[in-house]
Amino acid sequence: MVSPSTEIAYNSKIEGDVVVSRLDAVINWIRTNSMWPMPMGLACCAIELMAVAAARFDIARFGAEVMRFSPRQADCMIVAGTVTYKMAPQVRRIYDQMPAPKWVIAMGACASTGGMYRSYAVLQGVDRIVPVDVYISGCPPRPEALLDALILLQAKVRREPAARRLFRA
Amino acid sequence: MTATADVATFLTERFPLVAGRPSLDYPAFNAPAAQVLEVLRGLRDEAGYDLLADVTAIDWSAAKSPRFTVVWHLFSTVGHQYVRLAADCADDAHPSMPSATGLWPGANWHEREAYDMFGLTFAGHPDLRRILMWDGYPYFPLRKDFPLAGLDTALPDLAVADETGVSVKPAPYMGGPFVAAPGSTIEAGEPRAKDQSWSEGQEKPKET
Repeated sequence: MVSPSTEIAYNSKIEGDVVVSRLDAVINWIRTNSMWPMPMGLACCAIELMAVAAARFDIARFGAEVMRFSPRQADCMIVAGTVTYKMAPQVRRIYDQMPAPKWVIAMGACASTGGMYRSYAVLQGVDRIVPVDVYISGCPPRPEALLDALILLQAKVRREPAARRLFRA
Repeated sequence: MTATADVATFLTERFPLVAGRPSLDYPAFNAPAAQVLEVLRGLRDEAGYDLLADVTAIDWSAAKSPRFTVVWHLFSTVGHQYVRLAADCADDAHPSMPSATGLWPGANWHEREAYDMFGLTFAGHPDLRRILMWDGYPYFPLRKDFPLAGLDTALPDLAVADETGVSVKPAPYMGGPFVAAPGSTIEAGEPRAKDQSWSEGQEKPKET
């Protein structure tokens, strides 16, 4: 028996090598599992950020262990610490230099709201200058809290209509 | 000279214009601003106070004159003793003081900090720039007439300020500042707002 079309018919040679999925799901799967952080370690929260990257908590389990100190290679800025007004423009410039798609995690009380620094020198929340996706409470937060925030961010990214945005752009 | 216990007699013999200053801990002295470098040099070379531990300043508020006092803390690594020297700035509007960078290079950043926070100029300083706040910040934050919450001003980077529309704003205080009051019990002494009757959402009642 001869099939009229060899292109779309069943081909036993590639059996098991094809996965059918939505493009959105594929793109988001790639994005969520290799979310390279841009560590903005500005104060003591950076110590917890380092602990997250170390063996005990091991952020590599979630694909975000590649700390990139070049914003061109980063996907997710983790603002870990007190943002002073003197530092705020640099934070914004680094955010601007990150290629889209990009996300921001405000780690800890200082980055989220200014924290205990109700002062003339401290920006009262990094969301005044960059859009923040996930806020983490704590002073400083436990490493688990940062992992939780990353998982939350991954869940948010999975819901994005990535393909539509990709082709519209 | 290694013994530093008789720093008072040394100073009064060597520099008659130096007077004692009330102090709860180690010996403290007032010196006239014009003579302060000589006194510091004498303490360093003749009395063994070879380490400059701190240079700072005091603002006694705009109502007082002299308004600004500069304070030096010296330590003797031989005698293991501190001495404190203070000098009033003559001019209240444009306070100035001779720089100690010629005696201790380490005075450089201390004096830059005092300039940054109080607006004191140090004559003879090689590089008197702000050290904590950014260049171009218009205020001196540790002066008594500067509010802790801050004052409206522009961000240091004008391009970012244009793009984001963000400026330096006074920090929200929610009825603060929050201060610990000395009290009989822990509850009475807890840090709390001095005035709870106003917040960001509710205007502060006008004093009548």
